[in-house]
Amino acid sequence: MYRRGDELGPQMHNRLALRIAIFGGVAIALFAALFFRLWFLQVLNSDKYLAEANNNRTREFRVSAPRGKILDRNGNALVANRTSLALQINPRKLPASEGERRAELAQLADLTHSTPRRLRKTIHEQVTLAPGAPVTLRRDVGHYLVYYLQENQARFPGVAVERVFVRRYPDGTLAAHILGNVGEVSEAQLKERRYRGLQPGDEVGQDGVEDTYDHFLRGRPGITRIQVDALGQPTRNGRLVSQPPVPGDNLKLTIDSEVQAAGEAALAARGLPGGFVTMNVDNGEILGLGSFPTFDPSVFTQPLTQAQVNQLYRDPVLAPLTDRAIAGLYPTGSTFKLITAIAALESGVITPSTTIVDGGSLTVGGESFQNAGGASYGSLTLVPALQVSSDVFFYTLGLDMWDTGDLQHWAHKLGIGRPTGLDLPGAAEGLLPSQHWRNQLYKHGETERPWSAGDNIQLATGQGDLQTNPLQMAIAYAAMANGGTVVTPHIGKEVDDAAGRVLVEFDPGPRRKIKIDPEYRAAILEGLHEAAQAPGGTSYAVFGGFPVPVAGKTGTAQRVGHADQSWYIVLAPYPNPRIVTAVTIEEGGFGAESAAPAALQILEAYFGKRSSGESGPNGGSPG
Amino acid sequence: MYATRTRRARPEPFALRPGIAERLGLPYMDATLGLAAVGLVAFSVFTLGQATQHDIPGDPGYYVDRQTIYAVLGLIGMYLLARIDYSRFRELRVGIYTFLCASVSLVFVFGVAARGSRRSFELPLFSFQPSELGKLLLVLALAGFVIDGARRGSARQRTVRYLCLGFAPAALVFLQPDLGTSLVYGAITLAVMYVGGVRWTHFALIGAVIVALVALVLVVAPAIGTPILKGYQEQRLTSFLNPSGDPSDAGYQQNQAKIAVGSGGKTGRGDRATQTRLDFVPERHTDFIFAVIGERYGFMGAAFVLSLYALLIWRALRIVTLSKNSYGTLVAGGIAAMLLFQVFVNVGMNLGIMPITGIPLPLLSYGGSSVLATLLAVGVLQSIHMQARLSQKGRFAW
Repeated sequence: MYRRGDELGPQMHNRLALRIAIFGGVAIALFAALFFRLWFLQVLNSDKYLAEANNNRTREFRVSAPRGKILDRNGNALVANRTSLALQINPRKLPASEGERRAELAQLADLTHSTPRRLRKTIHEQVTLAPGAPVTLRRDVGHYLVYYLQENQARFPGVAVERVFVRRYPDGTLAAHILGNVGEVSEAQLKERRYRGLQPGDEVGQDGVEDTYDHFLRGRPGITRIQVDALGQPTRNGRLVSQPPVPGDNLKLTIDSEVQAAGEAALAARGLPGGFVTMNVDNGEILGLGSFPTFDPSVFTQPLTQAQVNQLYRDPVLAPLTDRAIAGLYPTGSTFKLITAIAALESGVITPSTTIVDGGSLTVGGESFQNAGGASYGSLTLVPALQVSSDVFFYTLGLDMWDTGDLQHWAHKLGIGRPTGLDLPGAAEGLLPSQHWRNQLYKHGETERPWSAGDNIQLATGQGDLQTNPLQMAIAYAAMANGGTVVTPHIGKEVDDAAGRVLVEFDPGPRRKIKIDPEYRAAILEGLHEAAQAPGGTSYAVFGGFPVPVAGKTGTAQRVGHADQSWYIVLAPYPNPRIVTAVTIEEGGFGAESAAPAALQILEAYFGKRSSGESGPNGGSPG
Repeated sequence: MYATRTRRARPEPFALRPGIAERLGLPYMDATLGLAAVGLVAFSVFTLGQATQHDIPGDPGYYVDRQTIYAVLGLIGMYLLARIDYSRFRELRVGIYTFLCASVSLVFVFGVAARGSRRSFELPLFSFQPSELGKLLLVLALAGFVIDGARRGSARQRTVRYLCLGFAPAALVFLQPDLGTSLVYGAITLAVMYVGGVRWTHFALIGAVIVALVALVLVVAPAIGTPILKGYQEQRLTSFLNPSGDPSDAGYQQNQAKIAVGSGGKTGRGDRATQTRLDFVPERHTDFIFAVIGERYGFMGAAFVLSLYALLIWRALRIVTLSKNSYGTLVAGGIAAMLLFQVFVNVGMNLGIMPITGIPLPLLSYGGSSVLATLLAVGVLQSIHMQARLSQKGRFAW
C-alpha cells in the first residue's frame, strides 16, 4: 500500500499502527476532558461564576458625610466640623518584599509617633473588617508631615493623605456634658438596631446629644461604586453608581448659650464640684445644664493619652465626665421643704393658716431634731416657715406623715427618685426613702432598723437617705410653679436642614399632670418669694437686690464624710415663673453661701439684668 | 481515503497545461488542515481586535496589526514549506540540531531580558524567540536522529541517546528560564521516541524517573534548602491545587481565569465581559487568551475553538499514517504531540485543571515566534501530506 518500513524494518508496521491508535485515543481522551470541563464551567455552573465575576469588579468606596452641627436655641454653633488631614495607607500598594514593607512601616511609625507593631495591628484589623478600603493610620496629621510625605512619595508607596471631618467646638468646654462626643462605632453597637447599616469605622455619637440624636446628626455616607481592575484600581469610565454623601442635619438645642455660659462660670467661680440646671417650667426646655469640673470635648477627636485617660476616667473625686446635674445622687437639704409643704397641705395635715410652734427642736422617741444654727422661730404658719426655713416646722410635718406615705406619694408624683425622660444618656434615678423601701432592706438584713418617724423627719427636710439631683428637683419645682404639670425635660429642640428649615420639632409633652390646689401653690410660692426677697428670708442677702421678683429656696445637705452641700432652687419671675434654676455645690456650705449666688449669676444672664447693689440687707438665716 | 485517491488519480493523457491550482500544488495539500489553521489564526486576530483595543494607549490596533502580519508571514512560510520535500530536513538534521542549540544558547548572551528571563532576540520589527521555532527544529532533527540510529547500538543505548538529544535543548530552554517551553521539548522528545518504536519497558522506566524527579523538585529539594525551580515557578505549578485569594499569586490568576470562562456561559458576555477586560485575568493576549474567548463568546465560541484544534490534531494524526516514509511519520507524530500537548496544557490551565506553565496556545496566543513556528509546523505537515499524495500519483515534486 504505502512505501513504508524502508528504514525501520517491516516488523514495525503493525506495532506502529497500534501506537498511532493509542496516540489518537489519548488525544480523544484529552479533548474529551477539555470539553467536559468547559461544559461544566460554562453551562452547568455559569451562574455561580457570573456572580463571582460581578462581585469581583466592583468596589464600594464610602465617602464619609459631615455630621450635622449642634446649635443653641439662638442658632449659635456649639459643635461644628472642621476638615482634618488623615494619614491613610493602601495595603495593596505596600512594597511586595517583606523587608521593604517593614522598613516603610517603621518609618511611618516614627513619623506618627506610633510603633510598627501598632500600625500593623491597625492595618490588620481594618483590612479584615473592610477589605479593599484604605486604612486610616492617624488623623489630624500636621501639614509639615503632609509636605514631608509628598516630597518623599517614592519612599512611601501606598501612603495617601485624605480629608476627613472632625468635630470642632467653637466655645471650648461649653456644654461639654450635654454635647458628648463622637467615636467609631463599636462592634457591640453594630449589632444594635439603631446602628443598622453602618460599617466598622463609621463614626457615631458616643455620649450626650451626639448619642441621643445620632440618627439625625449622622447623615448618610456617600457610596461610590466603581468598576475596578484586578489591582483594585478604578477603570476608565468605570463609575457605576455615585451616591453623594448626605450631610447630617443640624440639631438645635433648647440651650441658651448665655445661660449655659453663666451657669458654668458660676460653678467654676466656686471651684467646687457641682451642677446646675435651668429649665423652662412650662415645657421642660432646658436652657442650661452643666457640671463642674468639666472637660474639653475636643480631646476625644484624637486618641487619648494616658495622662488624659487618668484625668478623665480614673479620678473618682473630681470625675470630670460625670454630669452632676443629672447623675448626682445627693440629699437636697431644705429645698425639699417645698415637697413636704405640698404633701402636708394636699393630704390635709395642715392648711396654709395652721400654726406650728417652733421651739428650736423636736424630740421624737428620745431623739432630738434641732433647727440649723440653733435658731428658734416661735409660732409659724407655712409662709414664714418657708421664709426662714424653719426645720422644726417641717420636722413636725414629717412626723405627722411618718407612716401615712403621703410625703413619699407626693415626692414620687413630683418625680423624685424616678426617671425623668431627659434626652441625655447617663441620668440617675436616685432614691426616695420610704417605709416600704427601708422595711424591705430590714427584712433582708441590709439595715439595722426598720422605718421610723426619724426617717421621715429627715426626709421632710431633705436629709438622710434621699438621693436626687438638680434636674429632678427642678422638675418638682417646675410642677409647683406651673400648677401641676410634670414636664419632660429635654435638650433637643428641633432638627433643621442646612438651610435652617425645621424638619422635626421635639415636644415630648408633659410626663404627667397632678392636681395641685391653686391656693396651696400660691402659699408655697409666696413663702419661697419671701425667703428670697423679703427681709429675714434665707437668701435675702443674695436676691434682695435682684430687680426681678423671684421665689427661691436654699438648702444645706448633710453628707456623711463631706462638708455640707449647698443647694439653691429658684423660680422666676414671681408669681408666674417662666424658669426654674437649680444649683448644687458639693461642700459649698450653706445654701445662701455658694449655690444661691451661683443661681443669681444665672438669672442675671437670663434676664439680662444685674442685681442692684452687692447684696440686700443681711438678716436671712441660713437654711 | 481510498475514494479520494481514486478520484484524484484519474488518467490525464493530455496533461500538457495543468490548471493554476495544480501548479500551486493545492490539490495535494490537506485542505481541512489548512482551513483549521487559517481559522484559528483568524479567530486569534478577531479576538485580539475586540479584547485588546485599550491595552496600548493611543494604539488600539497594536496587537491586531502585529498578529495579522505574523499570520500572513506564517501562512506564506507554511505554503513555501509545504512545497519543499520535508525529507531534506532529515539530511540536515545535524545542522538543524546545532542551529537549535546555538540559537537557544545565544539568548543568554544577546537576548533581551523580560520579567527576569532571557528568551528572545530583539530584531527590527519584532523580537524573535528561538525556543518557539526550536520546537519544530527539535522535531525535525530528532526524527532524523531516530531514523538514522534505528539500527545502531542496543535498544537501551538508543533510548538513552534520544533522551540526551532531547534533554540538551530542553535544559537550555529551562535555564532561560522558560519552564513551559522546556516541557514542550520533553513532550516532543517522548512523542518522537514513542512513534519511533522505543520499547514500552523503557517508557515505563522513563515515567518512573519523571515521577521521581517531580517529587525531588517539588518536595525534596525545597525541603533540603536547594530549590531547583524559582519560587514563582513552583508556586504556579502547585497553586492550581489550592487557589487562593491573593491577587499577587498564581492561584488567584488561575481562579480568575476560571471565573472568566465560567461567567461566559453559553453565549458569552461580549463587550460586557469584565474578567478579561479589567485585568482580573493576566496575560489576556497570550497565555490566557482562551479565557478571553470563553468569557466573550461563551461555550459556543470556546467549543468552536476547541473543535478547530481537534480538527487540526486529527489531521496531523492522519498524516502520521499517510506519510510515504518513516521520517515523515516521526515528524508528523512529533508535531501532533507538540500541538496536542500545548493545547491541552494551555486550555487546561485556563479551565483550572492544569498548572500555570506559561505555554502559549498555538495560533491563538499573540506572539510572532509562536504563530510563525506553529504555521511552519503545519507547513511541514502539509509537505508530508503532499509528498504522500504525489508519490501515490507516481510523481515527485520538482
